[in-house]
Amino acid sequence: MSSRDMMLARVRQALADVPAGEGPGGEGRDGPPVARGYQRVHGARTRAQTVDLLAEHLADYRAIVHRTDAEGLPGLIGRLLAERGARSVLVPPGLDVSWTAGTDVTLVEDRASSTARELDLVDSVLTGCAVAIAETGTLILDAGPDQGRRRITLVPDHHLCVVRVPEQVVGSVPEALPRVAPDRPLTWISGPSATSDIELDRVEGVHGPRTLEVILLSAAPETDRAGSREHWAGSGEY
Amino acid sequence: MSGTYLGMPAFPRAAATATRDTRLRANLTHATHTIRDKRAKAVAELDDWAQLRAAGAAVKDRTLRRLDHYLEQLEAAVTAAGGQVHWALDADEANRIVTRLVRETGESEVVKVKSMATQEIGLNEALAGAGIRAYETDLAELIVQLGHDLPSHILVPAIHRNRSEIRDIFRREMASWGRPAPEGLGDSPAELAEAARLHLREKFLSAKVGISGANFMVAETGTLVVVESEGNGRMCLTLPETLISVVGIEKVVPSWQDLEIFLQLLPRSSTAERMNPYTSTWTGTTDGDGPQTFHLVLLDNGRTDTLADTVGRQALRCIRCSACLNVCPVYERAGGHAYGSPYPGPIGAILTPQLRGLAGPLEESLPYASSLCGACYEVCPVAIDIPEVLVHLRERVVQGGPVTLGGTRTVLQPAKGHAAERAAMRAVGWAFDHPGALRAGMRLAARTRRLHPRRLPGPGRAWSRTRDVPEVPAESFRDWWQRTRGTSSGRGTSSESGTSSGPGTSSGPGTTSGPDTSSERRGDVK
Amino acid sequence: MRVALFVTCINDMLHPRTGQAVVALLERLGVEVGFPAEQSCCGQPQFNTGYRQAAEPLMRRFDRAFKDYEYVVTPSGSCAAMVRDNYPRIGAKAAAEGRGRGLVDAAAFAVPKMYELTEFLVDVLKVEDVGAYFPHTVTYHPTCHGLRVLGLGDRPRRLLEHVEGLELRELPGAEECCGFGGTFAVKNPAVSAAMGADKVRHILASGAEAVCAVDNSCLLHIGGTLSRRGAPVRPVHIAEILASTGGTAGTARNARTEGSVR
Repeated sequence: MSSRDMMLARVRQALADVPAGEGPGGEGRDGPPVARGYQRVHGARTRAQTVDLLAEHLADYRAIVHRTDAEGLPGLIGRLLAERGARSVLVPPGLDVSWTAGTDVTLVEDRASSTARELDLVDSVLTGCAVAIAETGTLILDAGPDQGRRRITLVPDHHLCVVRVPEQVVGSVPEALPRVAPDRPLTWISGPSATSDIELDRVEGVHGPRTLEVILLSAAPETDRAGSREHWAGSGEY
Repeated sequence: MSGTYLGMPAFPRAAATATRDTRLRANLTHATHTIRDKRAKAVAELDDWAQLRAAGAAVKDRTLRRLDHYLEQLEAAVTAAGGQVHWALDADEANRIVTRLVRETGESEVVKVKSMATQEIGLNEALAGAGIRAYETDLAELIVQLGHDLPSHILVPAIHRNRSEIRDIFRREMASWGRPAPEGLGDSPAELAEAARLHLREKFLSAKVGISGANFMVAETGTLVVVESEGNGRMCLTLPETLISVVGIEKVVPSWQDLEIFLQLLPRSSTAERMNPYTSTWTGTTDGDGPQTFHLVLLDNGRTDTLADTVGRQALRCIRCSACLNVCPVYERAGGHAYGSPYPGPIGAILTPQLRGLAGPLEESLPYASSLCGACYEVCPVAIDIPEVLVHLRERVVQGGPVTLGGTRTVLQPAKGHAAERAAMRAVGWAFDHPGALRAGMRLAARTRRLHPRRLPGPGRAWSRTRDVPEVPAESFRDWWQRTRGTSSGRGTSSESGTSSGPGTSSGPGTTSGPDTSSERRGDVK
Repeated sequence: MRVALFVTCINDMLHPRTGQAVVALLERLGVEVGFPAEQSCCGQPQFNTGYRQAAEPLMRRFDRAFKDYEYVVTPSGSCAAMVRDNYPRIGAKAAAEGRGRGLVDAAAFAVPKMYELTEFLVDVLKVEDVGAYFPHTVTYHPTCHGLRVLGLGDRPRRLLEHVEGLELRELPGAEECCGFGGTFAVKNPAVSAAMGADKVRHILASGAEAVCAVDNSCLLHIGGTLSRRGAPVRPVHIAEILASTGGTAGTARNARTEGSVR
């Protein structure tokens, strides 16, 4: 008997108290019910308020948040890379070329042949995302064309992530899961890399990017409000 | 389990040593109180926490009750997605499988994500025995590994170390494992984290084999989930060519949707965050992204034995959040090492004796490593009634009973060394069931009460070393009732129990005997 | 209303004043109290140490003793919790072992009538001001079983806040276990003592003259630790505070002149 068969036999013997045929695949009654009485989303918000909550929660975990529209995006990206002193930026293959129109730093494409050591020499990485969760301040990357393979958002020390608002923003974890495909490799990011392993003192930045900047990109031109945000964001974080 | 832990003294002795270590006590008190307060705030943000908790428990229960079905479904899904599934009955088999898989890659070094399952089976030691060096890459695991130490907490394995101890370990040990600690390394957490970053980056960039556990496995999709903070997990899960994940069979959940429960419960219970910095999910292999070879080792190692116990089974709901450790008054004072296993604290006190069986003095002492205060049950995100299981296991220790060991049903004999206690419990039980005899004994005690010392000899010393023994009052309650009411039930004369001489009416705080004895009691003042 | 006092073995033998206080208090509130002499121990020490079968005769005895009563009131959070939480478990296990449904039925009768004293006052008698007078500073230690198994919540505090002359002092770390835990205190004496020492440190920090709780077993441990340290703070059961009334001049004097008793 293989270990596989022995383990399955042990499981079945251990469950002698469970009525035969209970649950999925069985002929009998269903298993104990799962009451999903929890909320799909916590609280009622407009789409704009949900985006505001995302911004607030991203900032809570030390991500630096900026807001702009399509027109302002290339300039903002150019400025952020310049302020950082970046000389090179990794770009996924399907990134909108207009996003990098406002920067003159070297664009580095991720090639299958490039090694982790080569990626380690690149200063920044610029990606989009699949979906963002307001309640938890989370960005989900699904390795889509504007995000690239997982390693490119891991090795460089500076990650610029563009979130299209409001369409890519959901309120909660339960709202996010149906919007991503489990068969794709997913990376959920909530703030920069962090540790609390020393005296429970939180330190940002261990192995992943130590700086996470999130650009909330509105489809419609941002009005006065955007201007004030821009000014605010320019001072660092909020 | 790991041979590293063999020979640990039984819990009370190890704990007594820990309570005398003032630095350890201070480190633990600071850390556990910090995180328990943060957790309370993070949980309070969700007004449906009780519903999430109930749903989490229900999903786990439902899964456990058809675990065979879900494991087969998981195996099929992982295989279809390009992974290879292996089954390990015990630690030895799991270690043999992993060693063989690493050898087949031709590599002699591996990088590891923090994993309770691989600690449980003593994988690092087994690999070392085969000439393979395993680098722990979680900061706390690195501290433990460099310090030739053992983990003492599920989430924060180096919780027993403070910053200056960590600095000393880094300065002393890093050079022999790779890149040395920076010159003049200070003890701020930021500096120490930076030293770890530099030290480990070398390993990540060259590693060909990664080893991990998993927080969840989704049966319907074959997806594995790793929840982490530092990014070392992402490094190990994506940069190497080969990934080997060793996962306990209880980590399976039925559906992708079920993650909506656990990805809310786990971060808030564990690191007290709305969401941990990084969560990675992967399904088999993905062309051109991440490891092109993926092995999943499904681990039993006592889990099916635990599953066979209808009361103890609930321990398999555990999602390793460690919230129970952070609120446990015993853990806070005894420290993690006293539990003699990678699973310390309340969950360890019920998991270790079940996974290993009540195999020796340590395992037999663990169910008693609790005052049954219930704080662990209150915070458990999957509602494991730890006090209930503790008492259930105590019964197995002192009375024996039916258990399953290595897949075989057997009847456990009572543990040795409880004969005197058993006799005493029977005697007390008999006395309480014979009130006449009890009453006679109580009256004798009352008559001789002046002779009772405040410190006791023999077994009573355990009590009276630090606490005074209560004085025996002149009259028991039932004698008072009989004397004043003269009837076994119903109302006595009100004058005797009323306002003038009734209890409490003339009592200052702490006068414990009747008013009539207050003068003589003054003489007892120490 | 047929109300029985379940005094508990510890109170019967070591703290008769607490039982007397419950009688005085309930009678003052117009409740006729019975004391069936057949009662004994609830079986908690046996059950919690692993001797489930040794608790079974005591459970049957409990059932017999109180079968004629509508309410069973006890000045002990942990004994009430034993009846409410563990009697059904004992019954279920006995039934699963093929020993009939007698204990299941005993539990089903016992559970709904079992009330801890402060629950009975607040939930059944619907009273929070019991007309007590206790001119002292007091800190309240919520015992684990009262807090987490029975869910007493703020009932004891509400009762204490209505006591004339009583000044309630906050207890730092109030919800932490005092370290008693029944046989835990002797099976793990070092940890138990360390927990007790921290509890006592917090009690002293509160600056109160007395520490009160709904359970004398915890107070036995706390009081023994206080006494060994020569601390002037007195442990006192909440029933004794609630039973205290004005009209006696001795209260304050006693508090001043009596040293550490217990």
